[in-house]
Amino acid sequence: MNLDANARYLESHEWSRQEDGLIVCGISDHAQESLSDVVFVELPEVGTTFSKGDVFGVVESVKAASDLYMSMDGEIVEINEALEDEPEVINSDPYGAWMIKFKPSDPSQWDSLLSPEQYQEVAEAEE
Amino acid sequence: MAESFNRTRLYQWHVDHGARMVPFAGWEMPVQYATGPIEEHRLTRRSAGMFDIDHMGQITITGLDAERFLNRLVTIDITKMKENEAAYALMCYENGGIVDDVFIYNLPDKWFVVVNADNLAKDYDWMYEYDDGMKVKVDDVSLGIYMLALQGPRAIELLQHLTPADVTNMPRFSALEAEVAGHKTLIGRTGYTGEDGVELFFSSNHVEEIWQRILDTGVETGIEVGPVGLAARDSLRFEPGFSLYGHEINENITPLEANLGWACDFDSDFIGKAALLEQKEKGLTKKLIAFELTDKGVPRQGYIITNEDGHEIGEVVTGLYAPTVDKYCGHAFVPPEFAKPGTPLNIIIRNKPKAAIVVKRPFYKPAYRS
Repeated sequence: MNLDANARYLESHEWSRQEDGLIVCGISDHAQESLSDVVFVELPEVGTTFSKGDVFGVVESVKAASDLYMSMDGEIVEINEALEDEPEVINSDPYGAWMIKFKPSDPSQWDSLLSPEQYQEVAEAEE
Repeated sequence: MAESFNRTRLYQWHVDHGARMVPFAGWEMPVQYATGPIEEHRLTRRSAGMFDIDHMGQITITGLDAERFLNRLVTIDITKMKENEAAYALMCYENGGIVDDVFIYNLPDKWFVVVNADNLAKDYDWMYEYDDGMKVKVDDVSLGIYMLALQGPRAIELLQHLTPADVTNMPRFSALEAEVAGHKTLIGRTGYTGEDGVELFFSSNHVEEIWQRILDTGVETGIEVGPVGLAARDSLRFEPGFSLYGHEINENITPLEANLGWACDFDSDFIGKAALLEQKEKGLTKKLIAFELTDKGVPRQGYIITNEDGHEIGEVVTGLYAPTVDKYCGHAFVPPEFAKPGTPLNIIIRNKPKAAIVVKRPFYKPAYRS
Protein backbone atom coordinates (compact mmCIF):
# COMPACT_ATOMS: atom_id res chain seq x y z
CA MET A 1 0.00 0.00 0.00
CA ASN A 2 1.41 3.34 -1.06
CA LEU A 3 0.72 6.52 0.85
CA ASP A 4 1.13 10.14 -0.09
CA ALA A 5 3.03 11.61 2.84
CA ASN A 6 1.76 15.11 2.04
CA ALA A 7 -1.90 14.10 2.13
CA ARG A 8 -4.47 13.73 4.89
CA TYR A 9 -7.11 11.04 4.78
CA LEU A 10 -10.63 10.00 5.63
CA GLU A 11 -11.51 6.60 7.04
CA SER A 12 -13.57 6.16 3.89
CA HIS A 13 -10.25 6.24 1.93
CA GLU A 14 -10.29 9.66 0.27
CA TRP A 15 -7.04 11.63 0.35
CA SER A 16 -6.85 15.44 0.52
CA ARG A 17 -3.93 17.74 -0.22
CA GLN A 18 -3.55 21.48 0.25
CA GLU A 19 -2.64 23.31 -2.95
CA ASP A 20 -2.66 27.10 -3.31
CA GLY A 21 -5.44 27.62 -0.78
CA LEU A 22 -7.55 24.85 -2.31
CA ILE A 23 -8.14 21.26 -1.21
CA VAL A 24 -7.47 18.58 -3.85
CA CYS A 25 -9.05 15.12 -3.38
CA GLY A 26 -8.83 11.61 -4.75
CA ILE A 27 -8.88 8.06 -3.42
CA SER A 28 -6.04 6.17 -1.78
CA ASP A 29 -3.94 3.38 -3.22
CA HIS A 30 -5.58 1.02 -0.75
CA ALA A 31 -9.01 2.09 -2.01
CA GLN A 32 -8.19 1.62 -5.68
CA GLU A 33 -6.74 -1.78 -4.93
CA SER A 34 -9.81 -2.98 -3.07
CA LEU A 35 -12.09 -1.60 -5.77
CA SER A 36 -10.03 -3.23 -8.50
CA ASP A 37 -10.62 -2.00 -12.08
CA VAL A 38 -12.31 1.39 -12.01
CA VAL A 39 -14.58 1.82 -15.03
CA PHE A 40 -16.34 5.09 -14.28
CA VAL A 41 -16.25 8.08 -11.99
CA GLU A 42 -19.11 10.51 -11.51
CA LEU A 43 -18.03 13.97 -10.36
CA PRO A 44 -20.04 17.00 -9.19
CA GLU A 45 -20.63 20.21 -11.07
CA VAL A 46 -18.28 23.10 -10.51
CA GLY A 47 -19.92 25.59 -8.15
CA THR A 48 -21.66 22.98 -6.00
CA THR A 49 -21.32 23.52 -2.26
CA PHE A 50 -20.92 20.56 0.06
CA SER A 51 -20.49 19.95 3.75
CA LYS A 52 -17.88 17.67 5.26
CA GLY A 53 -19.18 14.10 4.98
CA ASP A 54 -21.44 14.77 1.98
CA VAL A 55 -21.26 12.47 -1.03
CA PHE A 56 -19.61 14.46 -3.83
CA GLY A 57 -19.40 11.68 -6.40
CA VAL A 58 -19.29 7.98 -7.14
CA VAL A 59 -16.54 5.69 -8.29
CA GLU A 60 -17.62 2.54 -10.09
CA SER A 61 -15.53 -0.58 -10.43
CA VAL A 62 -16.38 -3.66 -12.48
CA LYS A 63 -18.53 -5.08 -9.71
CA ALA A 64 -19.62 -2.19 -7.47
CA ALA A 65 -20.38 1.51 -7.06
CA SER A 66 -18.86 3.38 -4.11
CA ASP A 67 -19.68 6.85 -2.81
CA LEU A 68 -17.00 9.51 -2.50
CA TYR A 69 -17.06 11.73 0.59
CA MET A 70 -16.10 15.36 1.19
CA SER A 71 -13.24 15.77 3.62
CA MET A 72 -14.22 19.36 4.57
CA ASP A 73 -16.92 21.95 3.86
CA GLY A 74 -16.37 23.75 0.59
CA GLU A 75 -17.32 24.79 -2.93
CA ILE A 76 -16.15 22.81 -5.96
CA VAL A 77 -13.94 24.94 -8.18
CA GLU A 78 -12.56 22.32 -10.57
CA ILE A 79 -13.10 18.68 -11.48
CA ASN A 80 -10.73 16.35 -13.31
CA GLU A 81 -12.67 15.81 -16.52
CA ALA A 82 -9.93 13.62 -17.98
CA LEU A 83 -11.07 10.87 -15.61
CA GLU A 84 -14.33 10.58 -17.56
CA ASP A 85 -12.47 9.06 -20.48
CA GLU A 86 -9.64 7.45 -18.56
CA PRO A 87 -11.00 6.28 -15.21
CA GLU A 88 -8.29 3.57 -15.17
CA VAL A 89 -5.75 6.25 -14.15
CA ILE A 90 -7.34 5.99 -10.69
CA ASN A 91 -5.88 2.47 -10.55
CA SER A 92 -2.51 3.22 -12.09
CA ASP A 93 -1.81 6.53 -10.33
CA PRO A 94 -4.20 7.02 -7.40
CA TYR A 95 -2.38 10.04 -5.93
CA GLY A 96 -2.01 11.70 -9.32
CA ALA A 97 -5.63 11.03 -10.31
CA TRP A 98 -7.20 13.90 -8.41
CA MET A 99 -10.97 14.11 -8.69
CA ILE A 100 -12.03 17.50 -7.32
CA LYS A 101 -10.55 20.77 -6.13
CA PHE A 102 -12.60 22.77 -3.68
CA LYS A 103 -12.33 26.03 -1.76
CA PRO A 104 -12.65 25.17 1.91
CA SER A 105 -15.03 27.34 3.91
CA ASP A 106 -13.57 26.23 7.24
CA PRO A 107 -9.83 25.59 6.81
CA SER A 108 -9.57 24.49 10.45
CA GLN A 109 -11.31 21.23 9.48
CA TRP A 110 -7.99 20.15 7.94
CA ASP A 111 -6.81 19.28 11.44
CA SER A 112 -9.59 16.72 11.83
CA LEU A 113 -8.28 14.58 8.96
CA LEU A 114 -6.17 11.48 9.47
CA SER A 115 -2.40 11.69 9.15
CA PRO A 116 -0.75 9.18 6.79
CA GLU A 117 0.27 7.11 9.81
CA GLN A 118 -3.26 7.11 11.25
CA TYR A 119 -4.75 6.24 7.89
CA GLN A 120 -2.30 3.42 7.37
CA GLU A 121 -3.58 1.81 10.56
CA VAL A 122 -7.17 2.11 9.36
CA ALA A 123 -6.35 0.62 5.97
CA GLU A 124 -4.24 -2.21 7.38
CA ALA A 125 -7.00 -3.15 9.80
CA GLU A 126 -9.22 -3.73 6.77
CA GLU A 127 -6.84 -6.11 5.05
CA MET B 1 -19.13 -18.17 6.75
CA ALA B 2 -16.61 -20.10 4.67
CA GLU B 3 -17.77 -23.39 6.18
CA SER B 4 -21.10 -23.30 4.39
CA PHE B 5 -19.60 -23.01 0.90
CA ASN B 6 -18.16 -25.64 -1.37
CA ARG B 7 -14.62 -25.18 -2.59
CA THR B 8 -13.20 -26.50 -5.81
CA ARG B 9 -9.97 -28.47 -5.71
CA LEU B 10 -8.17 -25.43 -7.11
CA TYR B 11 -9.27 -23.21 -4.21
CA GLN B 12 -5.81 -22.99 -2.68
CA TRP B 13 -4.20 -22.41 -6.07
CA HIS B 14 -6.54 -19.48 -6.66
CA VAL B 15 -5.81 -17.95 -3.25
CA ASP B 16 -2.07 -18.42 -3.75
CA HIS B 17 -2.32 -16.62 -7.08
CA GLY B 18 -3.99 -13.49 -5.81
CA ALA B 19 -7.60 -14.43 -6.44
CA ARG B 20 -10.44 -12.80 -4.59
CA MET B 21 -12.85 -15.51 -3.61
CA VAL B 22 -16.55 -14.73 -3.51
CA PRO B 23 -19.66 -16.78 -2.79
CA PHE B 24 -21.34 -17.88 -6.00
CA ALA B 25 -24.12 -20.44 -6.31
CA GLY B 26 -23.07 -22.12 -3.07
CA TRP B 27 -19.39 -22.13 -4.00
CA GLU B 28 -16.44 -19.95 -3.15
CA MET B 29 -15.14 -18.99 -6.57
CA PRO B 30 -12.44 -16.64 -7.87
CA VAL B 31 -14.11 -13.43 -9.05
CA GLN B 32 -10.78 -12.05 -10.25
CA TYR B 33 -7.03 -12.50 -9.93
CA ALA B 34 -4.35 -9.92 -9.23
CA THR B 35 -4.28 -8.47 -12.76
CA GLY B 36 -7.97 -7.53 -12.54
CA PRO B 37 -11.04 -8.48 -14.54
CA ILE B 38 -10.47 -6.15 -17.48
CA GLU B 39 -7.03 -7.53 -18.22
CA GLU B 40 -8.37 -11.09 -17.80
CA HIS B 41 -11.09 -10.28 -20.33
CA ARG B 42 -8.55 -8.86 -22.77
CA LEU B 43 -6.20 -11.82 -22.29
CA THR B 44 -9.00 -14.21 -23.30
CA ARG B 45 -9.84 -12.16 -26.40
CA ARG B 46 -6.17 -11.81 -27.39
CA SER B 47 -4.68 -15.23 -26.57
CA ALA B 48 -6.10 -17.70 -24.02
CA GLY B 49 -7.80 -17.71 -20.64
CA MET B 50 -8.43 -20.66 -18.35
CA PHE B 51 -11.51 -20.94 -16.19
CA ASP B 52 -12.12 -23.09 -13.14
CA ILE B 53 -15.82 -23.80 -13.62
CA ASP B 54 -16.09 -26.90 -11.49
CA HIS B 55 -19.10 -25.40 -9.74
CA MET B 56 -21.12 -26.28 -12.84
CA GLY B 57 -23.17 -29.45 -12.66
CA GLN B 58 -23.15 -32.53 -14.88
CA ILE B 59 -25.97 -35.02 -15.16
CA THR B 60 -25.86 -38.24 -17.17
CA ILE B 61 -28.90 -39.90 -18.63
CA THR B 62 -28.72 -43.55 -19.58
CA GLY B 63 -31.07 -46.45 -20.15
CA LEU B 64 -33.26 -47.78 -22.92
CA ASP B 65 -35.55 -44.76 -22.96
CA ALA B 66 -32.86 -42.14 -22.34
CA GLU B 67 -33.27 -40.39 -25.68
CA ARG B 68 -37.07 -40.31 -25.55
CA PHE B 69 -36.93 -39.11 -21.94
CA LEU B 70 -34.45 -36.29 -22.51
CA ASN B 71 -36.09 -35.20 -25.74
CA ARG B 72 -39.30 -34.35 -23.89
CA LEU B 73 -37.39 -32.29 -21.33
CA VAL B 74 -35.44 -30.03 -23.67
CA THR B 75 -36.45 -27.56 -26.35
CA ILE B 76 -34.29 -28.96 -29.15
CA ASP B 77 -34.75 -32.26 -30.99
CA ILE B 78 -31.92 -34.39 -29.69
CA THR B 79 -32.77 -37.21 -32.09
CA LYS B 80 -31.20 -34.98 -34.75
CA MET B 81 -27.91 -34.82 -32.86
CA LYS B 82 -25.08 -36.92 -34.19
CA GLU B 83 -22.88 -38.93 -31.90
CA ASN B 84 -20.19 -36.79 -30.23
CA GLU B 85 -22.11 -33.65 -30.95
CA ALA B 86 -22.89 -30.96 -28.38
CA ALA B 87 -25.85 -28.57 -28.48
CA TYR B 88 -27.36 -25.73 -26.50
CA ALA B 89 -30.92 -26.18 -25.26
CA LEU B 90 -33.39 -25.03 -22.65
CA MET B 91 -35.54 -26.89 -20.21
CA CYS B 92 -38.93 -25.27 -19.74
CA TYR B 93 -41.81 -25.60 -17.32
CA GLU B 94 -45.26 -26.37 -18.72
CA ASN B 95 -45.97 -22.61 -18.67
CA GLY B 96 -42.93 -21.88 -20.84
CA GLY B 97 -40.78 -20.39 -18.06
CA ILE B 98 -37.19 -21.58 -18.15
CA VAL B 99 -35.96 -24.21 -15.67
CA ASP B 100 -32.38 -23.90 -16.90
CA ASP B 101 -30.24 -23.57 -19.97
CA VAL B 102 -28.05 -26.58 -20.62
CA PHE B 103 -25.42 -28.00 -22.93
CA ILE B 104 -26.21 -31.51 -24.11
CA TYR B 105 -23.54 -33.93 -25.30
CA ASN B 106 -24.57 -36.97 -27.30
CA LEU B 107 -21.90 -39.45 -26.18
CA PRO B 108 -21.61 -43.05 -27.38
CA ASP B 109 -22.85 -44.54 -24.11
CA LYS B 110 -24.86 -41.72 -22.54
CA TRP B 111 -26.44 -38.32 -22.73
CA PHE B 112 -24.30 -35.87 -20.80
CA VAL B 113 -25.97 -32.65 -19.68
CA VAL B 114 -24.07 -29.65 -18.32
CA VAL B 115 -26.20 -27.43 -16.09
CA ASN B 116 -25.82 -24.27 -14.06
CA ALA B 117 -24.42 -24.64 -10.54
CA ASP B 118 -27.30 -22.77 -8.99
CA ASN B 119 -29.85 -24.99 -10.71
CA LEU B 120 -28.28 -28.40 -10.32
CA ALA B 121 -30.56 -29.66 -7.52
CA LYS B 122 -33.63 -28.14 -9.14
CA ASP B 123 -32.78 -29.60 -12.56
CA TYR B 124 -32.16 -33.02 -11.12
CA ASP B 125 -35.49 -33.00 -9.27
CA TRP B 126 -37.26 -31.72 -12.37
CA MET B 127 -35.83 -34.51 -14.51
CA TYR B 128 -36.67 -37.08 -11.89
CA GLU B 129 -40.29 -36.00 -11.74
CA TYR B 130 -40.73 -36.69 -15.43
CA ASP B 131 -39.54 -40.24 -15.78
CA ASP B 132 -43.13 -41.51 -16.16
CA GLY B 133 -42.09 -45.09 -15.67
CA MET B 134 -39.62 -44.93 -18.55
CA LYS B 135 -36.51 -47.08 -18.46
CA VAL B 136 -34.08 -44.33 -17.66
CA LYS B 137 -31.37 -43.57 -15.14
CA VAL B 138 -30.59 -39.98 -14.17
CA ASP B 139 -27.33 -39.46 -12.31
CA ASP B 140 -25.76 -36.36 -10.88
CA VAL B 141 -22.09 -37.01 -11.64
CA SER B 142 -20.86 -33.50 -10.76
CA LEU B 143 -18.81 -34.53 -7.77
CA GLY B 144 -16.41 -36.84 -9.59
CA ILE B 145 -16.06 -34.78 -12.75
CA TYR B 146 -13.97 -31.64 -12.97
CA MET B 147 -14.87 -28.96 -15.49
CA LEU B 148 -12.40 -26.44 -16.89
CA ALA B 149 -12.64 -24.12 -19.85
CA LEU B 150 -9.77 -22.98 -22.04
CA GLN B 151 -10.88 -20.15 -24.27
CA GLY B 152 -9.34 -17.72 -26.71
CA PRO B 153 -7.92 -17.46 -30.22
CA ARG B 154 -4.85 -19.52 -29.23
CA ALA B 155 -6.65 -21.99 -26.94
CA ILE B 156 -6.75 -24.80 -29.51
CA GLU B 157 -3.12 -24.33 -30.49
CA LEU B 158 -2.19 -24.52 -26.81
CA LEU B 159 -4.30 -27.59 -26.10
CA GLN B 160 -2.88 -29.32 -29.16
CA HIS B 161 0.47 -29.45 -27.36
CA LEU B 162 -1.14 -31.47 -24.57
CA THR B 163 -3.10 -34.10 -26.44
CA PRO B 164 -2.47 -36.68 -29.17
CA ALA B 165 -6.01 -36.12 -30.49
CA ASP B 166 -6.56 -33.81 -33.45
CA VAL B 167 -8.31 -30.97 -31.66
CA THR B 168 -7.27 -28.52 -34.34
CA ASN B 169 -9.72 -30.04 -36.80
CA MET B 170 -12.57 -30.64 -34.37
CA PRO B 171 -15.69 -28.86 -35.58
CA ARG B 172 -17.37 -26.31 -33.32
CA PHE B 173 -19.89 -28.04 -31.02
CA SER B 174 -18.27 -31.44 -31.38
CA ALA B 175 -16.91 -33.60 -28.60
CA LEU B 176 -14.25 -36.24 -28.38
CA GLU B 177 -12.65 -38.31 -25.70
CA ALA B 178 -8.87 -38.21 -25.56
CA GLU B 179 -5.95 -37.90 -23.22
CA VAL B 180 -5.07 -34.41 -22.08
CA ALA B 181 -1.80 -34.20 -20.17
CA GLY B 182 -1.98 -37.97 -19.95
CA HIS B 183 -5.46 -38.15 -18.43
CA LYS B 184 -8.69 -39.33 -20.02
CA THR B 185 -10.71 -36.22 -20.84
CA LEU B 186 -13.92 -35.36 -22.62
CA ILE B 187 -13.13 -32.38 -24.85
CA GLY B 188 -16.00 -30.22 -26.08
CA ARG B 189 -15.26 -27.53 -28.65
CA THR B 190 -17.64 -25.28 -26.82
CA GLY B 191 -17.50 -22.29 -24.53
CA TYR B 192 -19.08 -19.21 -23.12
CA THR B 193 -16.81 -16.39 -24.20
CA GLY B 194 -17.42 -15.76 -27.89
CA GLU B 195 -13.95 -17.13 -28.61
CA ASP B 196 -12.83 -20.44 -30.00
CA GLY B 197 -11.87 -22.90 -27.31
CA VAL B 198 -12.77 -25.98 -25.36
CA GLU B 199 -14.47 -27.15 -22.23
CA LEU B 200 -12.76 -30.10 -20.56
CA PHE B 201 -14.27 -32.78 -18.34
CA PHE B 202 -12.09 -35.26 -16.50
CA SER B 203 -11.72 -37.07 -13.20
CA SER B 204 -11.40 -34.53 -10.38
CA ASN B 205 -8.27 -36.26 -9.11
CA HIS B 206 -6.20 -34.88 -11.98
CA VAL B 207 -7.15 -31.24 -11.90
CA GLU B 208 -4.09 -29.78 -10.20
CA GLU B 209 -1.86 -31.53 -12.74
CA ILE B 210 -3.89 -30.61 -15.82
CA TRP B 211 -4.30 -26.98 -14.73
CA GLN B 212 -0.55 -26.65 -14.11
CA ARG B 213 0.38 -28.40 -17.36
CA ILE B 214 -1.73 -25.94 -19.34
CA LEU B 215 0.04 -23.01 -17.65
CA ASP B 216 3.49 -24.56 -18.09
CA THR B 217 2.81 -25.35 -21.74
CA GLY B 218 1.86 -21.72 -22.25
CA VAL B 219 5.24 -20.66 -20.89
CA GLU B 220 7.16 -23.29 -22.92
CA THR B 221 5.45 -22.45 -26.20
CA GLY B 222 5.18 -18.71 -25.72
CA ILE B 223 1.38 -18.84 -25.89
CA GLU B 224 0.11 -16.31 -23.42
CA VAL B 225 -2.39 -17.91 -21.03
CA GLY B 226 -3.67 -17.13 -17.56
CA PRO B 227 -6.51 -17.73 -15.13
CA VAL B 228 -9.76 -15.80 -15.54
CA GLY B 229 -12.32 -15.16 -12.81
CA LEU B 230 -16.08 -14.88 -12.76
CA ALA B 231 -16.16 -11.11 -13.33
CA ALA B 232 -14.41 -11.42 -16.69
CA ARG B 233 -16.40 -14.56 -17.47
CA ASP B 234 -19.50 -12.38 -17.18
CA SER B 235 -18.25 -9.61 -19.48
CA LEU B 236 -16.91 -12.22 -21.94
CA ARG B 237 -20.28 -13.95 -22.18
CA PHE B 238 -22.20 -10.68 -22.33
CA GLU B 239 -20.45 -9.18 -25.36
CA PRO B 240 -21.41 -12.03 -27.72
CA GLY B 241 -24.91 -11.98 -26.23
CA PHE B 242 -25.03 -15.25 -24.27
CA SER B 243 -27.67 -15.66 -21.59
CA LEU B 244 -26.90 -16.11 -17.92
CA TYR B 245 -29.51 -17.77 -15.75
CA GLY B 246 -30.84 -15.30 -13.18
CA HIS B 247 -30.30 -12.44 -15.63
CA GLU B 248 -31.52 -12.94 -19.21
CA ILE B 249 -33.44 -16.08 -18.30
CA ASN B 250 -35.34 -17.42 -15.29
CA GLU B 251 -38.55 -19.24 -14.43
CA ASN B 252 -40.66 -16.17 -15.30
CA ILE B 253 -39.09 -15.61 -18.71
CA THR B 254 -39.79 -17.74 -21.78
CA PRO B 255 -37.31 -18.57 -24.55
CA LEU B 256 -39.30 -16.41 -26.96
CA GLU B 257 -39.01 -13.37 -24.70
CA ALA B 258 -35.28 -14.02 -24.26
CA ASN B 259 -34.61 -14.23 -28.03
CA LEU B 260 -33.91 -17.94 -27.69
CA GLY B 261 -36.55 -19.13 -30.13
CA TRP B 262 -33.65 -20.44 -32.24
CA ALA B 263 -32.99 -23.00 -29.51
CA CYS B 264 -36.58 -24.31 -29.68
CA ASP B 265 -37.54 -26.92 -32.24
CA PHE B 266 -41.31 -26.65 -32.62
CA ASP B 267 -41.40 -29.85 -34.70
CA SER B 268 -40.33 -31.68 -31.56
CA ASP B 269 -42.59 -32.31 -28.57
CA PHE B 270 -41.15 -30.79 -25.45
CA ILE B 271 -42.50 -29.66 -22.11
CA GLY B 272 -43.63 -26.05 -22.41
CA LYS B 273 -44.16 -26.15 -26.17
CA ALA B 274 -47.92 -25.57 -25.97
CA ALA B 275 -47.43 -22.50 -23.80
CA LEU B 276 -44.79 -21.13 -26.17
CA LEU B 277 -47.00 -21.69 -29.22
CA GLU B 278 -49.80 -19.87 -27.44
CA GLN B 279 -47.45 -17.02 -26.59
CA LYS B 280 -46.34 -16.86 -30.23
CA GLU B 281 -49.99 -16.59 -31.25
CA LYS B 282 -50.90 -13.92 -28.71
CA GLY B 283 -47.70 -11.92 -29.06
CA LEU B 284 -45.06 -11.08 -26.48
CA THR B 285 -45.52 -8.56 -23.69
CA LYS B 286 -41.80 -8.18 -23.05
CA LYS B 287 -38.66 -8.78 -25.03
CA LEU B 288 -34.95 -8.91 -24.33
CA ILE B 289 -33.02 -5.98 -25.77
CA ALA B 290 -29.45 -4.80 -25.79
CA PHE B 291 -28.79 -1.16 -25.05
CA GLU B 292 -25.85 1.17 -24.78
CA LEU B 293 -25.61 4.41 -22.89
CA THR B 294 -25.12 7.58 -24.86
CA ASP B 295 -24.68 9.46 -21.56
CA LYS B 296 -21.97 8.22 -19.22
CA GLY B 297 -22.70 5.85 -16.38
CA VAL B 298 -22.61 2.22 -15.42
CA PRO B 299 -25.93 0.38 -15.68
CA ARG B 300 -26.45 -2.43 -13.18
CA GLN B 301 -28.92 -5.27 -12.76
CA GLY B 302 -32.21 -3.99 -11.30
CA TYR B 303 -31.94 -0.40 -12.56
CA ILE B 304 -35.22 0.96 -13.91
CA ILE B 305 -35.68 1.80 -17.58
CA THR B 306 -38.00 4.58 -18.69
CA ASN B 307 -39.16 5.70 -22.10
CA GLU B 308 -38.67 9.21 -23.46
CA ASP B 309 -41.76 10.38 -21.55
CA GLY B 310 -40.31 9.15 -18.28
CA HIS B 311 -42.65 6.18 -17.87
CA GLU B 312 -41.19 3.02 -16.41
CA ILE B 313 -41.03 0.33 -19.09
CA GLY B 314 -38.57 -2.23 -17.82
CA GLU B 315 -35.52 -3.20 -15.85
CA VAL B 316 -31.84 -3.89 -16.54
CA VAL B 317 -30.95 -7.59 -16.23
CA THR B 318 -27.26 -7.29 -17.08
CA GLY B 319 -25.36 -4.02 -17.00
CA LEU B 320 -21.65 -3.36 -17.17
CA TYR B 321 -18.71 -1.72 -18.83
CA ALA B 322 -17.91 -4.01 -21.75
CA PRO B 323 -14.12 -3.92 -22.25
CA THR B 324 -13.73 -5.12 -25.85
CA VAL B 325 -16.44 -2.92 -27.32
CA ASP B 326 -15.55 -0.14 -24.85
CA LYS B 327 -19.14 0.73 -23.98
CA TYR B 328 -21.37 1.10 -20.96
CA CYS B 329 -24.17 -1.24 -21.95
CA GLY B 330 -26.47 -4.04 -20.97
CA HIS B 331 -29.51 -6.20 -21.51
CA ALA B 332 -33.04 -5.40 -20.40
CA PHE B 333 -36.63 -6.50 -20.85
CA VAL B 334 -39.03 -3.96 -22.35
CA PRO B 335 -42.40 -4.15 -24.16
CA PRO B 336 -41.88 -5.08 -27.84
CA GLU B 337 -42.79 -1.59 -29.05
CA PHE B 338 -39.58 -0.33 -27.43
CA ALA B 339 -37.37 -3.16 -28.70
CA LYS B 340 -36.45 -1.76 -32.09
CA PRO B 341 -32.80 -0.76 -32.53
CA GLY B 342 -32.52 3.00 -32.40
CA THR B 343 -35.28 3.43 -29.81
CA PRO B 344 -34.24 6.00 -27.19
CA LEU B 345 -34.50 4.97 -23.53
CA ASN B 346 -33.39 6.23 -20.16
CA ILE B 347 -31.63 4.19 -17.52
CA ILE B 348 -32.26 5.53 -14.03
CA ILE B 349 -28.87 5.63 -12.34
CA ARG B 350 -28.91 6.96 -8.77
CA ASN B 351 -32.24 8.71 -9.39
CA LYS B 352 -31.03 10.43 -12.54
CA PRO B 353 -32.12 9.45 -16.06
CA LYS B 354 -29.17 8.64 -18.31
CA ALA B 355 -29.79 8.50 -22.05
CA ALA B 356 -29.44 5.14 -23.75
CA ILE B 357 -30.39 3.61 -27.06
CA VAL B 358 -31.56 0.15 -28.12
CA VAL B 359 -28.89 -1.51 -30.24
CA LYS B 360 -28.67 -4.62 -32.36
CA ARG B 361 -27.25 -7.72 -30.70
CA PRO B 362 -24.62 -8.95 -30.33
CA PHE B 363 -22.06 -6.35 -29.33
CA TYR B 364 -19.30 -8.79 -30.27
CA LYS B 365 -19.59 -11.35 -33.03
CA PRO B 366 -18.21 -14.71 -31.89
CA ALA B 367 -14.84 -15.27 -33.49
CA TYR B 368 -15.75 -18.80 -34.65
CA ARG B 369 -18.88 -17.64 -36.46
CA SER B 370 -17.15 -15.71 -39.25
